[in-house]
Amino acid sequence: MERILDKAKKVAEAAEVFMVSSEETSVQFETNRLKHIESKQSTSLALRIIKQGRIGYATATSLEDSQNLVDMALETAQFGTEAKFELPALTTYPRIAVHDPAVAAVANEAMVKLGEAMITRLIKHTPELLCEADISRGTVSVRIINSRGGQANYERSIFGLGIEGQLIRDTDMLFVGESQSSCQPILESDTVAKVVLEQLELARNRASVATGLLPVIFTPHGVANALIMPLIAAFNGKTVLEGASPLGNRLGQPVFDARLSLWDDPTLAYRPASRPCDDEGIPSQRTPLIEQGLVKNFLYDLQTAALAGKKSTGNGHRGGGPPAPSPSAFIIAPGKTTLAEMVSDIKEGLVVEDLMGASQGNILGGDFSGNVLLGYKVENGKIVGRVKDTMVSGNVYQLLKQIAAIGNEVKWVGGFLNTPPLYFSSVSVASK
Amino acid sequence: MTYIETIGQQLAETLKRYHADYIEAHLEESQSGNITYRGRKLESIGRRTAIGGNVRALVKGGWGFVSFNNLDDLPGRIEQAVKQARFVGNEESRLARGEPAVDRALSQLNKNPLDIPLLAKKQLLEEYNDIISGTPGIKTSVIGYGDGRKKTIFINSLGSYIEQERTDITLRLTAIAAAGNEVQQCGLSLGSCGDISAIQGIHSQVEQLAQRAVALLTAPQVKGGEYTVVLDPILAGVFVHEAFGHLSEADFIYENDQMRQIMTLGKEFGSPRLNIVDGAAVPGLRGSYKYDDEGVPATKTYLIREGKLVGRLHSRETAAKMNEEPTGNARAINYHYPPIVRMTNTYIEPGVTSFADLIADIKEGVYAKNWYGGTTSMEMFTFSAGEAYMIRNGKIAEMLRPVVLTGNVFNTLKNIDGIGNDLEFNQGGGCGKKGQSPLPVSNGSPHISIQHCLVGGK
Repeated sequence: MERILDKAKKVAEAAEVFMVSSEETSVQFETNRLKHIESKQSTSLALRIIKQGRIGYATATSLEDSQNLVDMALETAQFGTEAKFELPALTTYPRIAVHDPAVAAVANEAMVKLGEAMITRLIKHTPELLCEADISRGTVSVRIINSRGGQANYERSIFGLGIEGQLIRDTDMLFVGESQSSCQPILESDTVAKVVLEQLELARNRASVATGLLPVIFTPHGVANALIMPLIAAFNGKTVLEGASPLGNRLGQPVFDARLSLWDDPTLAYRPASRPCDDEGIPSQRTPLIEQGLVKNFLYDLQTAALAGKKSTGNGHRGGGPPAPSPSAFIIAPGKTTLAEMVSDIKEGLVVEDLMGASQGNILGGDFSGNVLLGYKVENGKIVGRVKDTMVSGNVYQLLKQIAAIGNEVKWVGGFLNTPPLYFSSVSVASK
Repeated sequence: MTYIETIGQQLAETLKRYHADYIEAHLEESQSGNITYRGRKLESIGRRTAIGGNVRALVKGGWGFVSFNNLDDLPGRIEQAVKQARFVGNEESRLARGEPAVDRALSQLNKNPLDIPLLAKKQLLEEYNDIISGTPGIKTSVIGYGDGRKKTIFINSLGSYIEQERTDITLRLTAIAAAGNEVQQCGLSLGSCGDISAIQGIHSQVEQLAQRAVALLTAPQVKGGEYTVVLDPILAGVFVHEAFGHLSEADFIYENDQMRQIMTLGKEFGSPRLNIVDGAAVPGLRGSYKYDDEGVPATKTYLIREGKLVGRLHSRETAAKMNEEPTGNARAINYHYPPIVRMTNTYIEPGVTSFADLIADIKEGVYAKNWYGGTTSMEMFTFSAGEAYMIRNGKIAEMLRPVVLTGNVFNTLKNIDGIGNDLEFNQGGGCGKKGQSPLPVSNGSPHISIQHCLVGGK
């Protein structure tokens, strides 16, 4: 890496080399049986240079051909964007625990046992259930060096456990599932299995729901499906800079329900989205986005921050390309209402757990519309069964202006969102 | 000889020496480039090279898979894959073996898009961007261009040795209009297997795109409920992909007794006028190739013929376990992943009805065009239209906000009551399955009309 940096420094005003390497092993079950073991080793190397004020960028998978990497970066720099930022100098980083050597020490046999235990427990409950399960362990190491002397490196371990069950009766299909992830080994599968068992219980009976405006509770998973994508786009500093964010000119204003608070947090111990610094070497920080309904901040990387006259919030993320603003993990503050209280408040309505295809529409405008893949009808304060052939639609900004209740229990969804259930009194439901 | 060719030839010798029921190896070298604009400004421009490979082994029905960028210790990787497969396996391996193939299927292209100077590509994109940005009411735009070429070598323990080249171009244009707190967007996706002319000279389409985004700001939202829906060829292509294509992938079926019953060959899925095809052997489209990633020759497979289920898409393993012929549909997006059963070019064959006749008898319906996206759960599917209009008394009426359509696969195919006489392919899409996305595919259809389609709305 130093060799590449040296070469690049000779031909450009500034340069940065980013390298990420990972090793991952997963054991996979199909139709209730162990089927695959996969191991993946990968390395990715990115060179960013600033030449005559313009950004050049190239990536490769090996350190070998450093000249080619520098040449490609130079070629693109002729046409590149004007660089408005300065790479970070050497700095100190917060200590954030994201590596546990115990993860690498978990044997394949132990991972297989976890999968078997989960599947056995679910089949005991519902013998016709067909499960796919995936248990994985891995290590990622990141290193960044730049021509201003800045350097950062860290290692992160990840352990994940997930299961999906499919229950078919005639052409009626039910899909249930749950997953969990951590930077530490997850050595029990009960937590995941219990969630799926509860889904199977609640979906046991079928129920139908009327078309119209109904009260709807989104579980944490439902919140992730329906409501989060528009917020990710709207709080992205780049969307704001372009004038395409509906929140862009609302900083400090009460746009949301006064009980709603949301922040981005890459500093939580042993969470897969945590890290001591972002992919540009900027120290991680907790950034409030909504505080009691007020819009507080947007998320920035170096370049976007410089263009907007702000400071990077440490959200420079490389999703295979050059750094761009991206959240690490969205956290929504819990409220005071239990899920049971929300349900008992409803005369006729829905609990939405999985909304398929919800983020296909006009995300920037906050619209969502999806098919209820897993959701339950509430009748006179009780969950009575699973609904099908039902669409739930709405606008995130209209809904979040007036929330009927915020749940008191939070849950991680997919490693990137920690949220309580959210309850709205009037959501558009279309049903056959 | 290139680096991977040298390694490939060494591997061909050694693969047979290991104790496994089947072993295959992939080696891959690729170059790609991308240019992105956000608003008037060039957002990023980048170049990428990658090299890597994988080994997959089958022992007693269990699979081991190892992928890597570092090609230094290949014997060690092979041993690891075999060891993993042995750990998993506890039954008899079943695999459609077929004839081994030794072949070089190199690119027929005269012009490698990667050799076209960045400046020329940039100029073209800026022409389009000027059209979008110059449209009154437009707030900003996003333009993403990408091109890539890869060379792959496939070797297996049956004696196959296949070199293939593939070139891919994609262009996605999005126009974003805003007024007050309203934001609306319209997108256009194009692609080709290497021919740059597929994305040239579309200035008038880009102009319409921008105007449509602005018009959406004042367009009403459809009232949610059941409608007769007419789909344009692009959206109908997405529909056939989501609503039926995924269900034809045999890996969802082969070890699942209930699914096997649902998908019994001969079963009636639609009207006798409905024919659905998938095939990488249909030439010149983004899902076209000569051999799949298990070294099986591409085919053209009828999935539905005259309304009846007649075929499905297979890998070597699913074909053997269902006692059917392999169809050459095992694909991986790159060497990081094992091949799984995927679609290629999926389409509804054209019928005889003109567009005017399709909509003539519809009193109140929705005409939906273009795509945002789509997804399926096997039984239920949803997909969204980038452009929609009400149909009133047999005529196209007011423009609507983008609509999301949903339905039950089994009923909806039966509800297709009109099949147009045109056929067009959507080349701008990418398909995702089991974490592998986006895979280059194409899908196509004539205009079709569907009764009782559920539309989400107010």
